[in-house]
Amino acid sequence: MKRAPGWLARSLPWLLLLSLALFPLLAPSLDLDYYVGFIRHLLIVMMAATSLNFILGYGGMVALGHSGFVGVGAYTVVALVDGGVTSAWGAWLAAVAVAGAFAAVIGAVSLRTRGVYFLMITLAFSQMLHHLAVSLSAYGGDDGYSLHAPLLLGVGLDDAHPHVLYWVVLALAALLFTFSCRLAVSRFGYALRGIRDNETRMAALGYPIYRIKLAAFIGAGAVAGLAGALLASHNKFVSPSVMHWTESATLLVMVVIGGLGRRWGGPAGVALWLTLAEVLKLYTEYWRWPMGLLLVLIVFLAPKGVVSLFEGPRRAG
Amino acid sequence: MNSAPLLSCRGLEAGYGASQVLFGLDFDIQAGEVVTLLGRNGMGKSRVLKTLIGRLPPRRGEIQFGGHAIHRARADAIARLGMAIVPEGRQCFPNLTVHEHLIAFADNRGGLGKPWTSRRLYALFPSLAARAAHSGNQLSGGEQQMLAIARALSTNPRLLILDEATEGLAPVIREEIWRCLDRLKAAGQTVLVVDKYVERLVKLADRHFILERGRLVWSGTSAELDSDRGLWSRYLGV
Repeated sequence: MKRAPGWLARSLPWLLLLSLALFPLLAPSLDLDYYVGFIRHLLIVMMAATSLNFILGYGGMVALGHSGFVGVGAYTVVALVDGGVTSAWGAWLAAVAVAGAFAAVIGAVSLRTRGVYFLMITLAFSQMLHHLAVSLSAYGGDDGYSLHAPLLLGVGLDDAHPHVLYWVVLALAALLFTFSCRLAVSRFGYALRGIRDNETRMAALGYPIYRIKLAAFIGAGAVAGLAGALLASHNKFVSPSVMHWTESATLLVMVVIGGLGRRWGGPAGVALWLTLAEVLKLYTEYWRWPMGLLLVLIVFLAPKGVVSLFEGPRRAG
Repeated sequence: MNSAPLLSCRGLEAGYGASQVLFGLDFDIQAGEVVTLLGRNGMGKSRVLKTLIGRLPPRRGEIQFGGHAIHRARADAIARLGMAIVPEGRQCFPNLTVHEHLIAFADNRGGLGKPWTSRRLYALFPSLAARAAHSGNQLSGGEQQMLAIARALSTNPRLLILDEATEGLAPVIREEIWRCLDRLKAAGQTVLVVDKYVERLVKLADRHFILERGRLVWSGTSAELDSDRGLWSRYLGV
């Protein structure tokens, strides 16, 4: 596919951001109120997918337990709300810190393995977290926990207002996406890409492989925790299903169909997956059949991800 | 030369599993020297290099590099002390562009003189400048070799090691690599070369070590090696 002209490629993200920012204001007149919540959900999942793409696409760490960190973030919010915390920023920051701490412990063990063993050990840890959540009867156990009281955002605003939460999520997603793009072309990002290609070579170039991978893993876990915290505010409900291994697998598939190691890979995969599911559900309750066929088609037409269809001939960005 | 050597190996022994490959190697490399390690295939040259860069630790012996004992150090720590290798097979990163190769690992690890910036590296290898936006796997063999050398130089190493840098290259490209090494020598870069083009190495290097079945059997200057063709046929298969 032909590459877009430079000015268009440069202004497209800004146009997209502007359109998304204006959407809640225009939605009522277009009778699209429902889609404000849908896009908010999309943006939150995009944050989790972007963090997974960073370790999977750039770092080559095939983790099958990323939803575990999403769940840790969500349950941190639950625990704090249950304990009487009312500040949204405080709860979300705590979710980032706790998910980061879990990622540090899990990563410190898991990153001593490679390939399929790494995949299996991250899966095992996320299932442990899932079962831990199921056993937390104080927070509803298997039934989950409803967040009744809104979390306060300051200046008289709270996360119960759908538009306010939408804009907060949009701002955080935009910031995170910009940061991850910058990080990908920083020395840290280059080192991570080098490690994916050839660990031995990177060690010979003077890079401490384990520490770099662990730092990336902790960062990605912390961001997934933020996505989990926002998901808790978005749904006003958290259940252990958020960290089931199938959620990790879905996230992984989204990143793969979007484009592994491509800056737009995570957001594109999430947008495609969730939109397809949403549209197909309108027509049939057996939506997974056509969804599966479409995904097979995508894999054949764009094995490097849908984003690769819009790239120039030389290389991924 | 009276000053302390940049690299010093004493009683170096190493092997794979039960088999011993290197037997009590003693050698020094002075700062600013170009030194070669010669020998037929399977004589232990690659094993020496792997031991020096920390890939395979020695069983016995000591390695001092720039005043640091490195025989128990990790590969990344040794590299940060200023040892850079251009590996056999080039091993450029397929997911980084030429330019990214030159800026991603840029460092100053004690190399002498003017630092190797990306601009200077492009001047050293003009063909890389034209391919700056291409990925590592989109280059010809010669270009990949130049990129591997440039990547190593971008860390401004105290010691540059080249492992079969001219292997599999067309003669004209090979000559370009030799010319580059001539320039590095003139700039005072310390270099350890493993290669099989002895005739060219005699012109380039100051001193040579010959390895035979894991033992150093001869060392001397280029003039001494050039004058004793018996050595060539006995140990180098030339």
